[in-house]
Amino acid sequence: MIEGISIQEILTVTSILFFIGIYGFITRKNLISILISVELIWNASVVNFVVINKYLFPDALQGVIFSIFVIAVAAAESALAVSIIVNIYRQLTSVEVKDVETMKY
Amino acid sequence: MDFSNFLLMRQEIFLLAIILVLIIAEMFMPRKKKGSIVHLSIFLFGIHTVAGFLGIHESSMFGGMFRTNGLIHFFKNLLDVGVLIILLQSADWLQEKIVPQDNVAEYLILLFSSLLGLYFMISAGDFLMFYLGLELSSLPIAALAAYETAKRKSSEAGIKFILSAALASGISLFGISLLYATSGSIYFDDLLVLITSSRLSILGMILFFAGLAFKISLVPFHFWTADVYEGAPIGIASYLSVISKGAAAFILLILLFTILKPLMHVWENIVYGIAIATMFIGNLFALRQKNMKRFLAFSSIAQAGFILLGLIVGNQLGMATVIYFVLVYVFSNLAAFGVVQAISLRTGKEHMNDYEGLYRTNPNLSLVLMLGLFSLAGIPPLAGFFGKFFLFTAAASEGYYLLVFLAVVNVTISLYYYLLVVRAMFLRKSDRPIPFFKNGIYMRLGLIIAVLGILILGFYGPLYDYIYELSGSFNY
Repeated sequence: MIEGISIQEILTVTSILFFIGIYGFITRKNLISILISVELIWNASVVNFVVINKYLFPDALQGVIFSIFVIAVAAAESALAVSIIVNIYRQLTSVEVKDVETMKY
Repeated sequence: MDFSNFLLMRQEIFLLAIILVLIIAEMFMPRKKKGSIVHLSIFLFGIHTVAGFLGIHESSMFGGMFRTNGLIHFFKNLLDVGVLIILLQSADWLQEKIVPQDNVAEYLILLFSSLLGLYFMISAGDFLMFYLGLELSSLPIAALAAYETAKRKSSEAGIKFILSAALASGISLFGISLLYATSGSIYFDDLLVLITSSRLSILGMILFFAGLAFKISLVPFHFWTADVYEGAPIGIASYLSVISKGAAAFILLILLFTILKPLMHVWENIVYGIAIATMFIGNLFALRQKNMKRFLAFSSIAQAGFILLGLIVGNQLGMATVIYFVLVYVFSNLAAFGVVQAISLRTGKEHMNDYEGLYRTNPNLSLVLMLGLFSLAGIPPLAGFFGKFFLFTAAASEGYYLLVFLAVVNVTISLYYYLLVVRAMFLRKSDRPIPFFKNGIYMRLGLIIAVLGILILGFYGPLYDYIYELSGSFNY
């Protein structure tokens, strides 16, 4: 619980964060930026879990535990994505979507 | 302390043991003998599959995080059989392409880890376990899709898969957090009582649904499918189209029918719209594909649309028909993918025109491919017909006549493009047909199991009754 800040305000921030992530995923042209957008979505959910747990259901720790697991999985996922991107960079010396994409429709 | 409870997880434990054995084999086997790891893994996984058929009683453990019952156990066995067929079909490819690069053990370890993730996903008893299972099943597949590091298309498939899967699980996660906000618990048993139809829970449900729809490749979320299937090794493409899609459909089914049942008036409409869009877009795009892998990708999108026909019903009948359909779909699709893989391995050809005159040179292979495609299309004596027929009756029994009509229209469209391939193989002549070749013993075995599945499942009636009985293990 943070003094003077209601749950609505925090949830508004996380929702905005979530949609920034979605927008970034759709519009960015660089693989690393797309990955960063996805990270924003995850972090929005993580903050959501912690805040909901703290404000609404403080007698159990389900949300907090969930967020720890999400952080760990997110780290694994971005490590894997970055390693694939590095492999692409070795072949093409570029991580722009337009250079990577050969298969369409 | 009593450890006999852990016997409930014996399939997971056995699979984990196989993974550990493979790690040890990778460390201590001399480099020249690495090829025998393939034989070892097929042998061990065969034992695992057979042992899986031993019965199991319904129970849960870890405070309700892990649960199992007759239906979940049956579905795990189905996944086992599917993965065994895929292993058999890709054994020759592994021996010829992957063993010389000296990384065959990693391939198998990643494949089995993904299967382990699917196990945990379908027997999850809360959202945390579900989420971990989902991630454990999709991360290794991304690595496997990009496995042929020298090939550009393979890397492209890998990056497309990992980014789409990451977005999907992120959206799904946000939905779970909203469901948690409305109910205060992530355990399915508590959610059964706590979920009510409020606006927040509806939003959470829709986001959650979107995340799983990525995995089943339903229409607004299907863009990765064809590209990943084309770029990834064929064994992985068939794993994605059959095993991963089937398991995701199964868990979506359970969650919609049990804990999200109070929101049925909402998801009914969503499923209705998505079913129509998925069937039409999958089929219409399949018409213009000339690459066999992309062709099968769009055909599998269309088949996912048919699965939704059973999903919309929302009762025991719907569950039984969907599981029967997935069962049949596993064998039919693996027969088709197996032939494509065999031809691609021996000749490197994946274009539909290359299949012209195949019947004259390789009659057995073209018969298998024909059976697989006919079963996918739903031609009567084969199992695929009964799968579709039951789905349509289930949807019609709840009064969705328009939807069933549109589905029948789609079956007709799909028949056209499946027959295009059959015509190329049987009726067309070619100056340079694919020459005759002999398949290895594993490939033959894999194709034979798939064909037997197609032929037997259609005629063996009690199986459907058995599935229907098992589907009663969930409360609706």
